[in-house]
Amino acid sequence: MRPDSLGFCRQLFVRHLRCGVRRVEDVLNSLVFFLMVVTLFPLGIGPDSNTLRELSPGIFWVVALLSALSVSGRLFSADFEDGSLEQLAVSGHPLGLCAMAEVLAHWVLSGLTLVVAAPVFALMLNMVPAAIPTLMLSLVLGTLCLSLLGGIGAALTVGVRRGALLLSLVMIPLTVPVLIFGTSAVGEAAIGYDPSRWIALMGAFAAMGLLLAPLAIGAGLRISLEQ
Amino acid sequence: MWKIIHKFGSPPWFFRFATKAVQWLLPLMLIALVVGCVWGLLYAPPDFRQGNSYRIIFIHVPAAVVALAGYYVMAFAGLVSLVWKIKMADVAMRAVAPVGAALTFVALVTGAIWGKPTWGAWWVWDARITSMLILLFLYLGVVALFEAYENPEVAAKACAVLSLVGTVNIPIIYKSVDWWYSLHQPASIKFTGESAIDASMLYPLLVNIGAFYLLFAVVVMMNMRATLLETHTNAAWLREAVD
Amino acid sequence: MYFDSLNAAWDMAGHGPYVWSAYAITMAVVASLIILPHRRARRAQQLLVQVSSGGTGDADQDPTTGGGNASQA
Repeated sequence: MRPDSLGFCRQLFVRHLRCGVRRVEDVLNSLVFFLMVVTLFPLGIGPDSNTLRELSPGIFWVVALLSALSVSGRLFSADFEDGSLEQLAVSGHPLGLCAMAEVLAHWVLSGLTLVVAAPVFALMLNMVPAAIPTLMLSLVLGTLCLSLLGGIGAALTVGVRRGALLLSLVMIPLTVPVLIFGTSAVGEAAIGYDPSRWIALMGAFAAMGLLLAPLAIGAGLRISLEQ
Repeated sequence: MWKIIHKFGSPPWFFRFATKAVQWLLPLMLIALVVGCVWGLLYAPPDFRQGNSYRIIFIHVPAAVVALAGYYVMAFAGLVSLVWKIKMADVAMRAVAPVGAALTFVALVTGAIWGKPTWGAWWVWDARITSMLILLFLYLGVVALFEAYENPEVAAKACAVLSLVGTVNIPIIYKSVDWWYSLHQPASIKFTGESAIDASMLYPLLVNIGAFYLLFAVVVMMNMRATLLETHTNAAWLREAVD
Repeated sequence: MYFDSLNAAWDMAGHGPYVWSAYAITMAVVASLIILPHRRARRAQQLLVQVSSGGTGDADQDPTTGGGNASQA
């Protein structure tokens, strides 16, 4: 690790953020994907508003998971292909930390935008309005967890053929706790109970992820580069 | 302790050890399995609430226990491979993954078959079965990752990282599924009474659990032997051992 | 034995099909778990013997007899 590593990673983060913001289509793309999948559920289950209200926390989180999955696939592929990942690996800066800059920038662009758009989707699914603040809080933490897990999966599968399918297989079981914590938090809030223990669990999971993900992502990227 | 790991890390030593171990343990395992199954099927009394269908427990629980333990064995092998760079640990990991997946599959299928006469449905999303299903996905992920990489050494490293991440997550997954289930559970019915199991049912269960652990060890060693035979065709020690 | 007759054991008060099919599937998996690596090892072993004795002797030698008088040069 070089003495200027932290500063370097911060610059990387800002750079990724700026690039992402410039490519508005990517951000809009994930929102539109979310909207379309949310539309599929009433089409599949029926428009009965009571059923939708009951199922809305679950539907919301499943859709959040699916969109996180589809977006994570592209996390490192561009850098892998054009060689900049290799440059980072030999630069002397810790690879895991540099990758975290990209993962976090990606989280801000995809996860946090979802949080902002969440009330609209929640109302479309007829969610109890009192639950929406809990939804947004749990989404902040939850999308962070999903981005971290997506980063790990992407790091392990970036160099592999048909990596996208493999990424789903690898990532989905690991995201089950996020799904459960998130839906439980929103579900409890919807019926008037206190969701704080679920939020706390989600927060603990996120904290653990922030500590361990750089290790796993760094290791995974080095392994992928070895190919 | 360190010497033992180093001995296992030597292909010739392991090959000789595994050959002899399998010769002894395979018959022992078969005997234990037959004893446990016959005992559980024909000699143990039926359950007060579930009648005779509970006899599936004697294969369901051992399969589930060993499947879960197997994942930790796989992850440990991955750790050894990553940290000490012992090739035999790679071979071990690769051997364990499909075996663990198969045992998880057995646990799921027997669980489902058990569920039908007990609750009237082939599949019930209770905490344990759901956790087993997720364990199956975790195993399949490792198996798929092994196949995805062309270089087996690099594949082993990737799978080691994945199994370690999975290991950290497994307790969290199990606990969260447990909470999820108790949150949505209809009022009274519990899966298996956590009440103390009667001795007449406990003993055959223990015998079969032992049999399944032996099965795991035997099959993994057999797979490792086969891999060594397939990949070390030029090694003099192997030709000597085979003749 | 707990059951009165083999027939009763087969039927298990109506639960027979479930119990026996569960055991059958399990034993099938256990059997294949054992047989597959055994076959793999045997095939690899035969290949190994062929490779190490094929250089000097008859290529059509029966591998199970171990290459007859082929000297392990």
